[in-house]
Amino acid sequence: MSLLDNVWVVLALKLGIAVVVVFAVALVIMFAELKVSAHMQHRVGPYFAGGRWGWAQVFAEALKFLQKEDLTPRDADRPVFRLAPMVSLLATFAVIVIIPLSPKLVAVDLDLGIFYALAAGSVSTIAILMAGWSSGSKYSLIGGLRAGAQLIAYELPLVLAVVGVVIQAGTMSMVGITEAQAQPLFHLGSVGISLPYVLAGQIVGFVIFMIAVLAELVRIPFDMPIAEQELVMGYLTEYSGIRFTMFLLGEYAGMLAMSAIAAVLFLGGYHFWGLNADWFGPFVLLGKALLLVFVMIWFRWTWPRLREDQLQSLAWRWLVPLGLANIAVTAVLKVVL
Amino acid sequence: MRGLRYPPGTTLRSAVPGLGLFKGMWLTFRTFLRKPVTVMYPLEKEVPPERARGVIALDVEACTVCMLCARECPDWCIYIEGHKVQQPPAEPGGRARTRSVLDRFDIDFALCMYCGTCVEVCPFDALFWSPEYEYSEPRRIDLTHDMERLGQWLPTVPEPPALEGSEPEASKPGNPEPGSPAPPASPGPGSPEPPGSPAPPASPEPESPKPPESPEPKGSEP
Repeated sequence: MSLLDNVWVVLALKLGIAVVVVFAVALVIMFAELKVSAHMQHRVGPYFAGGRWGWAQVFAEALKFLQKEDLTPRDADRPVFRLAPMVSLLATFAVIVIIPLSPKLVAVDLDLGIFYALAAGSVSTIAILMAGWSSGSKYSLIGGLRAGAQLIAYELPLVLAVVGVVIQAGTMSMVGITEAQAQPLFHLGSVGISLPYVLAGQIVGFVIFMIAVLAELVRIPFDMPIAEQELVMGYLTEYSGIRFTMFLLGEYAGMLAMSAIAAVLFLGGYHFWGLNADWFGPFVLLGKALLLVFVMIWFRWTWPRLREDQLQSLAWRWLVPLGLANIAVTAVLKVVL
Repeated sequence: MRGLRYPPGTTLRSAVPGLGLFKGMWLTFRTFLRKPVTVMYPLEKEVPPERARGVIALDVEACTVCMLCARECPDWCIYIEGHKVQQPPAEPGGRARTRSVLDRFDIDFALCMYCGTCVEVCPFDALFWSPEYEYSEPRRIDLTHDMERLGQWLPTVPEPPALEGSEPEASKPGNPEPGSPAPPASPGPGSPEPPGSPAPPASPEPESPKPPESPEPKGSEP
């Protein structure tokens, strides 16, 4: 008891658990991507590594990356180049901190929770720009600038989609938003029926949010910045070894973080009908997040890449007006109802 | 090559915008649920079609060192060397004959592109396709199969299909007979019948609607 009173011990504990869990889930997502993509193309995917179903494939690949040489190009801006992957990972972890796993299991419950998540998530833009700018390669530069244009363009719909939820919940705290979705929306006899926000009017917001998240994560169909066929992986061109692994893990941990945020905002977070949120909360939230991750992988292996102009036009001509309309309608309904 | 996929005037835009996205997702999801088609190669093996182009077999006895295959080979991956030996005259007092003896016949399968031109061009039925495919090597030089190795593939060559419209025993002439000279049906190198290829009616010549019953030499290569 006395040990848990020490703020540093608690902090170290939280940090350790967060790092281990996030990396473990990121590896699971990487493995899921290998397997799901394989089966969506009539293939088997990794099969022999680890003896069964190729479960050890991601470990083998991670180890392979770790023992590769950590190259820094001669023309690169050395400190910036070496710092960029860490900033990318840092942004992801900063987001994960505020995700409530159960009513009690919250690392930090900020009053400005979702605002903080969006702000911290935007730091990854800096990481990508740093990587692109400092690599000393034209592919990286073009990729980095494309990423800058894209991330800024999709930051807006992301925020606008969240505003609808914030209006409906009346709070920015992640726990508050989750609890607001647990409130019975209408009564069926004596039983109150609660609905997650995606069913309680925020379906448009949810769609906008997921599209914008895909663009923020620079995944297909929004992977113009790393378009490997034309930009040889864009801002990742010059990275190798452990720094490339950090970017890779950052992407998959980012998928997890953004999916978890979407689950909290739109799918009711740790609440599920009939399950005690105190005990099953983390599993419910993880399940919802992994479901969204599956949808992201599904998108990636179905759709082709958007052209740069299509990408920008989708953000500015469709998602931003739609998000604004969503806010207006939500606000009006909030006042009227 | 079958003309337009869409008749002219068809609008490629679907009636519902964005419907194609969801059709695609439905397709990948259905595929996701189906069993993969992968053949787990070292554990289970695919049986190739009988006339698959796996490896080229050489009937050493039938080869006359005419070099047609080496000359026709687009990759120049066939290496042939030979010499002539004096044969005693056929009858006493006649002229001594010469016979070509094969010294070297190598096919470099690292270069070969499996076009089958050598098999088709061989006028003496010395080259055949075998469906065997498991001859990968750790060193590239070992992909050059010499005379002996090419001869070892010969037992794996499948029986040629029966000639169309002929009795089962009539299919024998297509059979490789070691040491037999060129069949009389193929007077020149311009009209060799590939041993693995089907009978003349099935040969891809569009301007012969009637199956030619006579073994006349055709004008051009099939």
